Amino acid sequence: MALSNTNPYHKGIDWLLVILYVALVAFGWLNLYAANYNPETRIAFSVDAEYFKQLVWIGITALCVGVIMLVDSKMFVEISYIVFGASVLLLIVVLFAGKEVNGAKSWLAFGPVQFQPVEFTKIGTALVVSRVMSRYGFTFNFRSYAHLAVVLLIPILLVLLQNDTGSALIYFVFLLPMFREGMTGHVLIIGAMCIATAIASFLLPTEWVMAVIAFLGLMAVSYVLNRHATKREGLTAVFVCIATTVAAYFGLYVMRHGEVEPEIPVAIGAMALSVYTIIRSIVRRIRTTYTILMYMWIALTVSYATGFAFENILEPHQRTRINILFGVEDDPSGAGYNVNQSMIAIGSGGFSGKGFLEGTQTKLNFVPKQTTDFIFCTVGEEWGFMGSITLIALYLTFFIRLIILAEKQHSVFSRIYGYCVACIFFFHFMVNISMTIGLMPVIGIPLPFFSYGGSSLWGFSIMLFIFLKLDTDRNELIR
Amino acid sequence: MFDNRRYVIILIMILVATAMAAKLFYIQIIDEEYKLSAESNSRREVVQYPSRGLIFDRNGKLLVSNQAVYDIMIVLREVHEFDSLDFCRTVEIDMPTLRGLFADLREKIRYRKASSYKPSVFIKQLSEERFSMLQEKLFKMPGFYAQRRTLRKYEYPSAALVLGYVSEISENMIRDTVINKDSYYSQGDYIGISGIERSFEKTLRGKKGINYIMVDVHGRTKGEFHDGELDEAAISGKDLTLSLDIDLQQYGEKLMQGKTGSIVAIRPQTGEILAMVSAPSYDPSLLVGRLRSVNFPILSNDPQKPLFNRAIQAQYPPGSTFKTINALIGLQEGIVTPESRFPCHAGYTIGRFHLGCHSHASPLDLRQSIQHSCNGYYCYEFRSFLDSPKYGSSHKALNIWRDYLVKFGLGYRLGIDIANEKRGLVPNAEYYDKYKGKNWNSLGVISLSIGQGELLLTPIQLANQAATIANQGWFYTPHIVHKIEDGEIDSLYLTKRYTGIDSTYFSVIKDGMEAAVWAGDGGTAHGAQIPDIRVCGKTGTAQNPHGKDHSIFMAFAPKESPEIAISVYVENAGFGATWAVPIGSLMIEKYIKGEINPQRKWVEDRIIQAKLNGTE
Repeated sequence: MALSNTNPYHKGIDWLLVILYVALVAFGWLNLYAANYNPETRIAFSVDAEYFKQLVWIGITALCVGVIMLVDSKMFVEISYIVFGASVLLLIVVLFAGKEVNGAKSWLAFGPVQFQPVEFTKIGTALVVSRVMSRYGFTFNFRSYAHLAVVLLIPILLVLLQNDTGSALIYFVFLLPMFREGMTGHVLIIGAMCIATAIASFLLPTEWVMAVIAFLGLMAVSYVLNRHATKREGLTAVFVCIATTVAAYFGLYVMRHGEVEPEIPVAIGAMALSVYTIIRSIVRRIRTTYTILMYMWIALTVSYATGFAFENILEPHQRTRINILFGVEDDPSGAGYNVNQSMIAIGSGGFSGKGFLEGTQTKLNFVPKQTTDFIFCTVGEEWGFMGSITLIALYLTFFIRLIILAEKQHSVFSRIYGYCVACIFFFHFMVNISMTIGLMPVIGIPLPFFSYGGSSLWGFSIMLFIFLKLDTDRNELIR
Repeated sequence: MFDNRRYVIILIMILVATAMAAKLFYIQIIDEEYKLSAESNSRREVVQYPSRGLIFDRNGKLLVSNQAVYDIMIVLREVHEFDSLDFCRTVEIDMPTLRGLFADLREKIRYRKASSYKPSVFIKQLSEERFSMLQEKLFKMPGFYAQRRTLRKYEYPSAALVLGYVSEISENMIRDTVINKDSYYSQGDYIGISGIERSFEKTLRGKKGINYIMVDVHGRTKGEFHDGELDEAAISGKDLTLSLDIDLQQYGEKLMQGKTGSIVAIRPQTGEILAMVSAPSYDPSLLVGRLRSVNFPILSNDPQKPLFNRAIQAQYPPGSTFKTINALIGLQEGIVTPESRFPCHAGYTIGRFHLGCHSHASPLDLRQSIQHSCNGYYCYEFRSFLDSPKYGSSHKALNIWRDYLVKFGLGYRLGIDIANEKRGLVPNAEYYDKYKGKNWNSLGVISLSIGQGELLLTPIQLANQAATIANQGWFYTPHIVHKIEDGEIDSLYLTKRYTGIDSTYFSVIKDGMEAAVWAGDGGTAHGAQIPDIRVCGKTGTAQNPHGKDHSIFMAFAPKESPEIAISVYVENAGFGATWAVPIGSLMIEKYIKGEINPQRKWVEDRIIQAKLNGTE
């Protein structure tokens, strides 16, 4: 005890997280070996193989980790903008000098070494977001939102320009640390509502979804008016809304000679309801109705925009992926091939799996990208349900441990950074595994520590160990 | 402040993980469908082999077509127990052979030349009839399936060496084609090895296609993969129309039976090859498919060399037929005029040197020298040329002579569209410097005057020489492909090549060649007389160190508007007049008249029955 703690505030590294990390990397490597294993060419080891290269990447990672542990914790706050700026610069460079792989121009090549700057941008963004929110006296006012929005939109736009939609989505996960720091909870609820509305509008006719949204809004508003004003006002709201909708429908019917898009009268009805409600709310000084109306209009807009975006913004392959996810298109040998093959591989693992190196589906090139985006297939096939849920449990423990540690931080910067790290890992984990098992559309992002590739391994490890380093100084005030 | 929100975030994570676990539970434990699919799930690439282009003759007669055969493919990993006895019966092999095939396959897999996961050829080229019997049983034989291939089918037992043959590509050839930036071939593909099949390989081969199909564990087709969107249809090869007249070709082969040598017939106006006979030859059907492995060694070990295309690969001295060219060069260079006369008393004698000639009147003028094929005349002419002071030296004169020959298409490959043409040999001054020493003189190379010595021509070059004389000074590069489907023939074959000899000088040569056939006062080629056809011809007899002289004839007809130019070589047959002349004249008559005049039937019979190469 006397040996290590010369500084009373200094804590040792959190060995539980380190052990979880090593376990994930080790399992990841074994799994990569299995995915590359060819039962016909029983060469034990080949320097050209991905599993060998991954070993090299792991070695380089160990060096990076060593360096990070030597850096003073305060340094990470200081250099946060520099790291962010440098990684953004790399994203710009990649736009001009990048190499295109699978339709996304996201690789930078320095001779034999190639890497994806996007993996490092996450670190810079996490550091800057932590720094912005840990500023003394930070509150979620308009300026703060604008500041954060700029920080997040820069990488999002650049990544979108690379045509790497999957990596752009990751930045939405910063909403979770923001929520933790006191951002209004409406954002998360609205987010969930938007997803639900979008899925509903996708699967059902848009006008029905909009009508239901307007109806729910109407019910809520009339209930509130009923309760906080008078019964008469509640009923008037219903009457105004329905009457306007019907009138608008017939008015348009006459004007347009029978060709009416039902969305328009619904919108007009909702508009009339809103006007009436706002007037009554001002008179009666009720504030709840504003929130209800806001939710209603966001839902209506999302509902209407879904169909439009689906037809006009998404590219055909993205449309097909979504269609397949929801079973609208059934095309197991066509565009749904990846997911179908991946689910066959995982499903064929059964309860206890086929055993290490015994998989067949992931060896015979049935599953595309089986060492990168679809690496989880090999886990599912060879280790079965037991192995898969063990891995999920391992990841979950890892995330929760990160959050527990984050909460122990004395300094706000470290806490927010810890949340950012946990949430970025979580997002990758969620999107990657969900797509391989058909819970989400195919979005090509790596599974941390499992997918083959140096950039993602380095990015994830550096990100994690910066937090572990911060954690060793958890009792100090770092800002 | 918002400390409790940590639980919201942890809850979200747990919910997502639970949803994943639930979905995994469903697909890994509850739903059996995925396990079944995994077993049934294999994608097979089936190569669609294109059929090679067809080959027609100049009259639209089909020469080469295709026949379907089936390779029986095996995916060893998918093979389960099957009725091997029945299998053997159906494909006509015995049990030990079958065991041997399996042993070979396992051996290949051990050395990683084959894969148990991927199809390998098990039995090659099963006939359509056998296959139809096997097909009904294939469903009981998992791991086996059939791959349609096409082999060549020859409608005539002729023109084997012109057409060439097709064979499976060897590993070395694949390597060579890859070096030449052609990545088309893979193991098991067929490729043209010789003749037109080789020189028009890229036109004839078409393009392979690929079908992706889903098959279950029993090898049963489960439908198209990706709805066939990724499939590529095979594209058939392009058809070729040859300038060859198959009737004339067959007739020529009939005339040459029992003989060694060749006949080449060219249409002078276009350079198109009408017939290209090399004797002995073989029936092209002998080298198709499984028969080839039996017949090829026999043919290649035959001392008569039936695989050797004499028409373009044999190199002979032209003999007296070459006097026409020496005469033309002499005229162009002003060494002789049609009126020039040189004495000949049974030959050319100078000092102790004597070169014999046969008996004829003396002295002769140019026309008569061709008519009588006078050796003495050309000895004088050639020496006058080489020793003419206007060139400075014999060396320079000889190289001028050589340049004329090159313009006649001699000494280099003509560039015909059949593979493996030889170039012949035209010696130049440097050649003699090397072999005779720097001090050689005109007398030392005197044999060139009468087409002997070091000079070597291929039969096609000689035929082209006849065509050039017929055209009075130009020729089109001889070629055999007349039309390519959706393509054009090489501009090389549409460009006139000039010899640099004034067309006016040719009339006296033509007159001489006419007289050789028709003159009442004796000519060397009287046997070439055909009623109603003014044949012009020149015989030759090439001395042959290995045996009897080669009998040579060069001719074209009719004189005024030539339609056919021909060269005939009969090896070790003696004088040109004896064998080559009648063969040439029969070919000309057959081509122009379509049939042989009954009065000349006896000539035909005599030729067909003659056995000159010691075979029965």
